[in-house]
Amino acid sequence: MTQELRINNNKFIDQTTRLSFKFNGEKLYGYKGDTLASALLANNIHLVGRSFKYHRPRGIMTCGSEEPNAIVQIGNDPSLTDPNVRATEIELYEGLEAFSQNCWPNVKFDIGGINNLLSPLLPAGFYYKTFMWPASFWEKYEFFIRHSAGLGKSPTKPDPDIYDHKHYHCDVLVVGGGISGIMAAKLSAENNKDTLLLDDKNTLGGTTIYQNNDCFKIDDNHTNYWLEKEIKNIKNIKNLTIKTRTSLAAYHGYNYLLAKENITDHLSPDERKDKIRQRLWKIRAKKVIIATGSIERPLIFNNNDRPGIMLSSAIKKFIDFYGVKTGREISLFTNNDSVYETAISLKKSGVNIISIIDIRDKSSSKIVEEVEKHNIKIYWNHTIVNTEGYRRISFIEIMKLSDDGSGVIGKKIKLKTDCLGISGGWTPMVHLFTQSGGKLKFRSDDNVFLPDKNKTPSDQISIGSCNGDFDIKDIILNSNKDVKTFLGIENSSFDNLKVESSKEKMKRNIWLLPSDKPIGKTKPFLDFQNDSTAKDVKLALREGFKSIEHVKRYTTTGMGTDQGKLSNMHALGIIAETTGTNMGELGTTTFRPPYTPLTFGAIVGRNVGEFFDHTRKTAMHNWHVQNKAKFENVGQWKRAWYYPKNGETMFEAVQRESKAARESVGILDASTLGKIDIQGTDASEFLNRVYTNAWSKLAIGKCRYGLMLNEDGMVYDDGVTTRLGENHYIMTTTTGGAANVLTKLEDYLQTEWPELDVYLTTVTDHFSTISICGPNSKKILSKVIPDLDLSDEKFPHMSFKNSIINRIKCRVMRISFTGEHSYEINIQSNYAKNVWELCMDAGKNYNITPYGTETMHLLRAEKGFIITGQDTDGTMTPSDLQMDWIIGKKKFDFIGKRSLYRSDTIRDDRKQLVGLLTDDPNEILEEGAQIVEKLNQKPVEMLGHVTSSYFSPNLNKSIALAVMKSGKKLKGKKFFVPMENKNINVTVTDTVFFDKENKRLNA
Amino acid sequence: MFIINCPYCGERDQTEFSSGGEAHIVRPKQPTELSDDEWAEFLFMRKNIKGIQFERWNHSHGCRKWFNVVRDTSNDKIHAVYKMGEKPPINK
Ligand SMILES: [Zn+2]
Repeated sequence: MTQELRINNNKFIDQTTRLSFKFNGEKLYGYKGDTLASALLANNIHLVGRSFKYHRPRGIMTCGSEEPNAIVQIGNDPSLTDPNVRATEIELYEGLEAFSQNCWPNVKFDIGGINNLLSPLLPAGFYYKTFMWPASFWEKYEFFIRHSAGLGKSPTKPDPDIYDHKHYHCDVLVVGGGISGIMAAKLSAENNKDTLLLDDKNTLGGTTIYQNNDCFKIDDNHTNYWLEKEIKNIKNIKNLTIKTRTSLAAYHGYNYLLAKENITDHLSPDERKDKIRQRLWKIRAKKVIIATGSIERPLIFNNNDRPGIMLSSAIKKFIDFYGVKTGREISLFTNNDSVYETAISLKKSGVNIISIIDIRDKSSSKIVEEVEKHNIKIYWNHTIVNTEGYRRISFIEIMKLSDDGSGVIGKKIKLKTDCLGISGGWTPMVHLFTQSGGKLKFRSDDNVFLPDKNKTPSDQISIGSCNGDFDIKDIILNSNKDVKTFLGIENSSFDNLKVESSKEKMKRNIWLLPSDKPIGKTKPFLDFQNDSTAKDVKLALREGFKSIEHVKRYTTTGMGTDQGKLSNMHALGIIAETTGTNMGELGTTTFRPPYTPLTFGAIVGRNVGEFFDHTRKTAMHNWHVQNKAKFENVGQWKRAWYYPKNGETMFEAVQRESKAARESVGILDASTLGKIDIQGTDASEFLNRVYTNAWSKLAIGKCRYGLMLNEDGMVYDDGVTTRLGENHYIMTTTTGGAANVLTKLEDYLQTEWPELDVYLTTVTDHFSTISICGPNSKKILSKVIPDLDLSDEKFPHMSFKNSIINRIKCRVMRISFTGEHSYEINIQSNYAKNVWELCMDAGKNYNITPYGTETMHLLRAEKGFIITGQDTDGTMTPSDLQMDWIIGKKKFDFIGKRSLYRSDTIRDDRKQLVGLLTDDPNEILEEGAQIVEKLNQKPVEMLGHVTSSYFSPNLNKSIALAVMKSGKKLKGKKFFVPMENKNINVTVTDTVFFDKENKRLNA
Repeated sequence: MFIINCPYCGERDQTEFSSGGEAHIVRPKQPTELSDDEWAEFLFMRKNIKGIQFERWNHSHGCRKWFNVVRDTSNDKIHAVYKMGEKPPINK
């Protein structure tokens, strides 16, 4: 392999370690230290993709995270492939495989390129205008758009990689390891502050680390020499932590920041095994120093998007840092002094510079003089009016600018060139600053938005070029001064540095450079990734869009994965110029996190699969598993749903369980119900206020069902509460409502009624509950607790007894949620599984049948008992549920009482709970199905919907509960439940279907 | 993601707390004597201020205590934290 574009003796590239990689199937070589972009350029590959809309060939344009074009898919393994990776950021490793994203059938012959020829038909808002009509064509459009959209493909299989989260607290966080960041980190750490320094690159030093120009010196040495020494020094400071390959993604309030550390993305697949791939840092810093630097701006001129046209600073980094010549005959185009640094670097490496085109009249800085010494032709006051070359730039055409810069004059000069470096000045990276809530101010001298010191959230500063200092002298001087003030440091080792610099700050700014052709015939690209041109912005303005946010969305400028890092300033400039507005008044669009895309893996970390949420299991869980229960999730709980036997379907199992519970005996694990222990001298008064019914007169040892409302009068939760002693109750809540009920009760106790002497303790996990129901339940209980007198006189329905099973204390309640004679044993959870097994043993001869939540729901529906959250939805009052009997009308007050006679809650056409029977007893309604009266009405009036529906094996017919408008008045009336293929005839009934006289409670 | 200084536990991350909306809305002592409009005022109407707002917060994943917070909703800056029943340290 020969790499004639590669320069030898480069200290950042390890030329002894050759790495092979594949790009679009072609096997190529690079070296350790390369990025994919530098390795491709060393192989003379500029063309890497196609543009989004016109499918124009596009090349590598930058060397960093702002890259708009070189976006690739890494790998093709269905679980590991990574889309939308910037070739300029991914480090080369042995075996890397990358693919261009936006081209079909391949990057060199691209069928979508036809859009380029059709481009007069694809103006701003094209997608909005064209694809909106006719609506029936959308499916075809969507196919077309998706195939040419140019974004990568998501993996199709689960991600096997490991991701991690780390919480980090520090005194000072420094973001960015360029020269100002290094200075800040050193000052901070040397002054006993626990400091964290982050940089997204694999090496520290920013752009200064490869700056060896004679015009810039620190203490009489090249700036890179000085910086290298400093970096070596700071690595030995104890309280300084340095993390490279770590990019700051988001800056939230109170100095809470998120950063993503890449741990293995630069390693070959073999070396990655069993390692954490990425780590998300959640940083809380007392103080933050932003030193994120700046990025170079492109220039906007006709056909400025051809492969081979790059930022001048990128050309410089490729040659100085990666040792790669980006062309053999390079031209440079500028409005400021930066490209002259590139010119000197190129010259040093022996690259032929064709010309420098400078739109300024002149510049008399030291560095320009230096370049002029090399006899490089500089065209002052000229602009590029056109470029040629399809897959790679081949020619540029230049003309002289008119005095006001709005047009071109004179003769066109055509120059051969295979690479063009452009520089439109520099844009401070203020993304993090604005994310944190900082406001920007506009500096019109060089058209930049800067952090406004007066509108900076406390405990942070911006330093270096992200703060608008572009000259090395200013950067060092101001960074030193600002960090000292910010951290309260008196003396610094940087106080007496001797800095030499050259730059002429003058710049001539023309946002849209003129061509000899009318603008309609040109293609001055603004947003390379989203393929919008300066023309599109102008068209949007003509069509009446004025706000920058609207222009952005209409033209899609700045809406790509790069968030317009290169395009935003020019879009603003052109809008300001066209509308005659001041740029500072126009303001910028909003920068939102993340600064660069984050993987979903990094966001979720280890909270995947079984770690996604807590799982709560009852004490009897393993018994349910061993007995083949199917489980359902109720909140975080795993509840036994049903226990299929011998290949039963769910329906068959539930029918069997339901029948057994009524014919002999069933057993249910009810441990998940919320249990709140209530104690205190005001406990009775407290219950009076939180439940709708009266509690003061409940005798010790008795149980009562209670309904809890919200202050708006709507049913919130329900359950049975038992009076254990004079000042002691145990309340049960629904499974899902347990935590919220406790919070709500605490709220009232702490804020509204602090005078009440009441203490609440959750005991949900401490006690397990075994519910035994059915005509034989008494027989089972008498075997398990022989000493307990179970006679109706001694232990009637809705009462409770303290008891002992095998020396373990327990509470036994005689309460029923099924309408059957039943008991609940509450016992300390450690013993619950054992007691459950005792019950199973005792019930052997009675066909004791474990049943799950589904059967429980069916049995209670037969009795018309509601389930809050299923038959209620936060809009049902007790009266809507036909439960007026539970409202203590004589009570002075309770939560929600006043709302029960608001004009809205007393309407009689509210939706009310009813029973529904299908005319065909075998037809089972679908829960959620709508109920109507007339079938041929348009629009059809929907009167309500089905909330619970089952086939009752004990009644041998289907039953349902529903809520219907004015439901209370509809008993006996007939309605329809229209389904996809049929209309089901139903009749409104009472809500109680089974044992209306409640005879079975005492059977 | 701000930090709240729980008056019982000290500084903790916002994720440990839950918000309880506007503070100093006293539940009427005799709701039955209120008209529908007066009751609706208590029940539904909240100010939702942009700027200094008096709020209730609960240290739900900590000591479970309710307390009051004076927060500037435009920048999340917390100006004061005080216990239930205490007078606001800043004039309302
Ligand atoms: Zn607390």
